[in-house]
Amino acid sequence: MTEMSFPTIAPANNNTAHPAVQRAFGFSITATLVGLAVLVAVGLLSATSGAAGLPVKGVFASLFDWIPLFGVQSTLSTTQENILFEIRLPRLVLGLLVGGSLSMAGAAYQGVFRNPLADPYLLGVSAGAGFGAVLALGFGLDLSWGPFDTVPAAAFVGALMAVLASMTIARGGGASPATLLLGGVAMAALFSAAQTYAIQQLSENRAREVLSWLFGQLNTTGWKQIWLLLPYTAICGVMLHVHRRHLDVLRVGDDEARSLGLNPVRSRLTVIVSASLLTAAAVSVSGLIAFVGLVVPHIVRLLISHSYRVIVPLAALVGAAFLAFVDIGARNLLAPSELPVGILTAFVGAPFFALVLWRDRWSNT
Amino acid sequence: MNSAGLLEPITTTSALSCENVRVSFHDHKVLCDITLKLRQGEWLSIIGPNGAGKSTLLRSIVGLTKYLGTVTLGDGRVPRAADVALVPQFPVLPKGMTVAEYVLLGRTAHLGWLARESQVDRKIVSSVLNRLELAGFAERFVSTLSGGETQQVVIARALAQQCPVLLLDEPTSALDVGHQVSVLELMDDLRRTEGLSVLAAMHDLSAAGRFADRLILIDHGQIVAQGNPVDVLKPDLLSDVYGTPLTVQSIHGELMVLPATRQRAQTL
Repeated sequence: MTEMSFPTIAPANNNTAHPAVQRAFGFSITATLVGLAVLVAVGLLSATSGAAGLPVKGVFASLFDWIPLFGVQSTLSTTQENILFEIRLPRLVLGLLVGGSLSMAGAAYQGVFRNPLADPYLLGVSAGAGFGAVLALGFGLDLSWGPFDTVPAAAFVGALMAVLASMTIARGGGASPATLLLGGVAMAALFSAAQTYAIQQLSENRAREVLSWLFGQLNTTGWKQIWLLLPYTAICGVMLHVHRRHLDVLRVGDDEARSLGLNPVRSRLTVIVSASLLTAAAVSVSGLIAFVGLVVPHIVRLLISHSYRVIVPLAALVGAAFLAFVDIGARNLLAPSELPVGILTAFVGAPFFALVLWRDRWSNT
Repeated sequence: MNSAGLLEPITTTSALSCENVRVSFHDHKVLCDITLKLRQGEWLSIIGPNGAGKSTLLRSIVGLTKYLGTVTLGDGRVPRAADVALVPQFPVLPKGMTVAEYVLLGRTAHLGWLARESQVDRKIVSSVLNRLELAGFAERFVSTLSGGETQQVVIARALAQQCPVLLLDEPTSALDVGHQVSVLELMDDLRRTEGLSVLAAMHDLSAAGRFADRLILIDHGQIVAQGNPVDVLKPDLLSDVYGTPLTVQSIHGELMVLPATRQRAQTL
């Protein structure tokens, strides 16, 4: 501490915080544990459900067998093991990563724009990323060096262009929550049109491929997509997590934030870039999955806390579980054919969005 | 600080000093060459009419307004958020934010590794709330508090910054007379027990005279008078600056500044 002492307001070493203060800060731990439990449950459900109908006990044994130090023998056949480790698990992990990324990005946008309705999809960020990715995928620019690939990079450029444009529009129109979203609608429309035009220029086969990706699917070929996505998720996830308290400080406005010791412009820029990169990486792997980034942070806010200290990490956890859960439906509802998971999230998310609009009527800034 | 826990008489050590601070917006000069020194443990009040530049001076000190000249701490450094805390006149109270979370914002300048709130942060929030007898409010939403409670919570946030210098911008303008006195007494208590130095912009001249060690009267961005309350609270000077006849009366040793009574028209 400094040379000044604060006799009665300095933290005493021997006593702990007041119970009410502990309670005010402590609830998120229980919520995190519950979230983790739900995540594990969804994971197991996802690993055991599907067309091949793997036996639950066998999956458990196999998973424990995979963890070193556990002397459990797998009872699955080689084919079943292949299904588990090369199809089911990669898909589950991809769902967790994409769901967590989109939710965390949604929470970050909501914080930065002080707008509970912000979401990567509604801000046009996903459309921008989609346009960038379509250009890279469709026109033979899909180059990669090791874990680095041009598709996420192109998606990132598109995402950043879209969010900056939405921001500029909102600032010009007296930044009400509605203006920002309307800016996002304009950007989404523009980028979707550009995207459609680009797809039309492709050959029929290539176009079908790109379109099916665009609908929002968690398609995997082994662990390839995971390795593509993981570096972005890890780096941006940590960046957003580190800035979670900045988002709370930004809620009191730029002047007060500055007097509290925050550089609001720098914080906002870091958060927007991280969230956009996170969205872009998710979009470049799994297309446009709508509303996850809106619904999940909202649920955390309604159930647990309005503080981004809690919302940012918990949104990642709940979002991961949410998308993995919805994907179980996408795989099994119309078996043997598959529903794009993006369509299912829209079925859940759009009514939720409408409900939030109806309830808040723009008052909740 | 001596063993009895009472503060020694105010030293001449400077806690904060401004030298030739000048601020202008476009061609309009808001502050012209303000030079002042806040001593350690002192309560210095800035008084002056609306638009005199009181708030601008406080904003300059915390770096919210660009200025020419120098603002330095006692050790010669330019103040940062860990050195000087500002209690704003119109604080923003975010919807759904609890008192504990709001006070935690005061720890922003002390954000640690991975930005997690440490036990130290929590204990500081706790002891600040205890000190202000607000611990029971920890889980209340700031947007649901009364005016007096709000002002205390904003002061709690400033205390959580653990700064030796506290700037108050019109700390009592939104409060009824009872809460005005209790907030000012609280500040006075805090500066005595914690050794804080206080620089407060104040509208209420009587309160300013009662609580401050020294007053600085500014008008049109310039220091018109400074010194002990008895020397600054002069009827002629104040009437001139505020543009309305004022009288100063001494009641039980306290200076009261009152509008000079005009003969009310007799209707009966």
